[in-house]
Amino acid sequence: MTADNLVEFQNVSFSYGKRPILKGISMAVPRGKVVAIMGGSGCGKTTMLRLIGGQIRPSVGAVAVDGQRVHELDADGLYQMRRRMGMLFQFGALFTDMSVFDNVAFQMREHTDLSESVIRDLVLMKLHAVGLRGARDLMPSELSGGMARRVALARAVALDPMLIMYDEPFAGLDPISLGVIGNLIRRLNDALGATSIVVTHDVHESLEIVDYVYFVSDGVIVAQGTPDEMRASDKPFVHQFVHGEEDGPVPFHYPASAYGEDLRLGGKHA
Amino acid sequence: MPSRFVKGVRRIGHRTINSLLRLGVASRFFVLVLLHSGSSFRRPHLIIKELFSTGVLSLIIILVSGLFVGMVLGMQGYDTLQRYGSEEALGVMVALSLVRELGPVVAALLFASRAGSAITAEIGLMKATEQLSAMEMMAVNPIARVVAPRFWAGVLSMPLLAAMFSAMGVFGGYLVGVKLIGVDEGSFWSQMQSAVDFQQDIVNGIIKSFVFGVAVTAIALFEGYDAPPTAEGVSGATTRTVVTSSLAILALDFVLTAFMFRGEG
Ligand SMILES: Nc1ncnc2c1ncn2[C@@H]1O[C@H](COP(=O)(O)OP(=O)(O)O)[C@@H](O)[C@H]1O
Ligand SMILES: [Mg+2]
Repeated sequence: MTADNLVEFQNVSFSYGKRPILKGISMAVPRGKVVAIMGGSGCGKTTMLRLIGGQIRPSVGAVAVDGQRVHELDADGLYQMRRRMGMLFQFGALFTDMSVFDNVAFQMREHTDLSESVIRDLVLMKLHAVGLRGARDLMPSELSGGMARRVALARAVALDPMLIMYDEPFAGLDPISLGVIGNLIRRLNDALGATSIVVTHDVHESLEIVDYVYFVSDGVIVAQGTPDEMRASDKPFVHQFVHGEEDGPVPFHYPASAYGEDLRLGGKHA
Repeated sequence: MPSRFVKGVRRIGHRTINSLLRLGVASRFFVLVLLHSGSSFRRPHLIIKELFSTGVLSLIIILVSGLFVGMVLGMQGYDTLQRYGSEEALGVMVALSLVRELGPVVAALLFASRAGSAITAEIGLMKATEQLSAMEMMAVNPIARVVAPRFWAGVLSMPLLAAMFSAMGVFGGYLVGVKLIGVDEGSFWSQMQSAVDFQQDIVNGIIKSFVFGVAVTAIALFEGYDAPPTAEGVSGATTRTVVTSSLAILALDFVLTAFMFRGEG
């Protein structure tokens, strides 16, 4: 492991029960960069983030964060490490029984001894950064999808983490919110001097803002490179993904028996 | 092809093992809640907030039900007692029924269906919307931060609610017996005072409602925490909370009564 990489996957495999999800993934996320993990729905992107956060353990290999193997940490070590990570969940996962302000203040109150007046200033700064200082007294149920995502973003960076993880930050957003979130991801990363991992299937939006891309399919990394290399790539998988074609290496059909046989056109069953 | 008999036995075996497994998981959860309760006591405002929501949620239904149960007791009790010419004992009958049995049991049943189901639904939804996962990723233990305060709030509010139920019930019995039917007011209260024993009746009633509070709240929290993170999962868990905790209340009541009042009289 080189010190330049904040996160490293070292030949990681993972299965849910008997079902293999990841099959020998090796990848590196250099410090200070914004790296995208792309792949179709269900290919194991969220699983990779859970491995980094130590919520699940690899069955083979190891995930290292800042030089420490995550699955070898004890409960205290894991919690220490998580304090330096921020994660934006797929649907925000805001605490529904707390106001926007209290959501962002949550970790400060749990993990620091800061006075309420200092917390107030910090929370307002974070909310200002995502443009929602005026929404501090709203409850999560009163927010639009894009606003909720921005609040979750402010909450994820509340303690100025060294690593920020985004799970599908663009899913279900209108085009304007899409651009806003994309720019925020880039700006927050650079302003905090953090490292970011963006998990997404939204190619165009993410190619605009990231430094490097890994393509995951069927549990392995099938392609990687800078956004420009990806756009120019003639690998069939990358081409299909970047250009949104329906059929290609990723089949349109879920695996099934032959169509004719299913419709019982073979004569035998008829 | 196994016979139907073999299949039946196999199914019973499966069910038994699954229930035992779940009971084991539930016990482990309960121990974890107790182990992680320290932080709730260091930050009592977390418990107070939950005390407010669970207690206040159930307050109206408890008070109204207590009043009606007491009024019915007043009528039925008078009807029976006057046959033996001892209608002044009405106060004793109403008070003892309430303090020993109906207060703790009915209040706990109402608490299970009102607050218990709400707790399960809330925790289940927090899980389904990844709020608990998010908390873990923020290095905050959801059992310590979300579950334990709700547990202690439920345990503390149950005896208070049962006491209010009994008080309202006695008032209801007084309204019907004394004000409506015309039992002598003086003997209604004085017989009640002399016949209700603090240790034997009041303390035992409080112990009962404390035990019911532990059972209902623990079941409600476990069902929510264990619910499959889907809409059907949460609604099924909510139903199970009400059914399981009602059965637990009635079974525990039998056991506790057998221990507390055996050999008396
Ligand atoms: N808790 C779980 N138990 C069993 N299978 C799961 C679980 N979570 C996810 N999976 C399965 O693992 C696969 C990868 O999931 P995930 O990492 O969430 O995919 P992605 O985020 O790329 O859409 C999916 O097919 C999903 O059905
Ligand atoms: Mg996902």
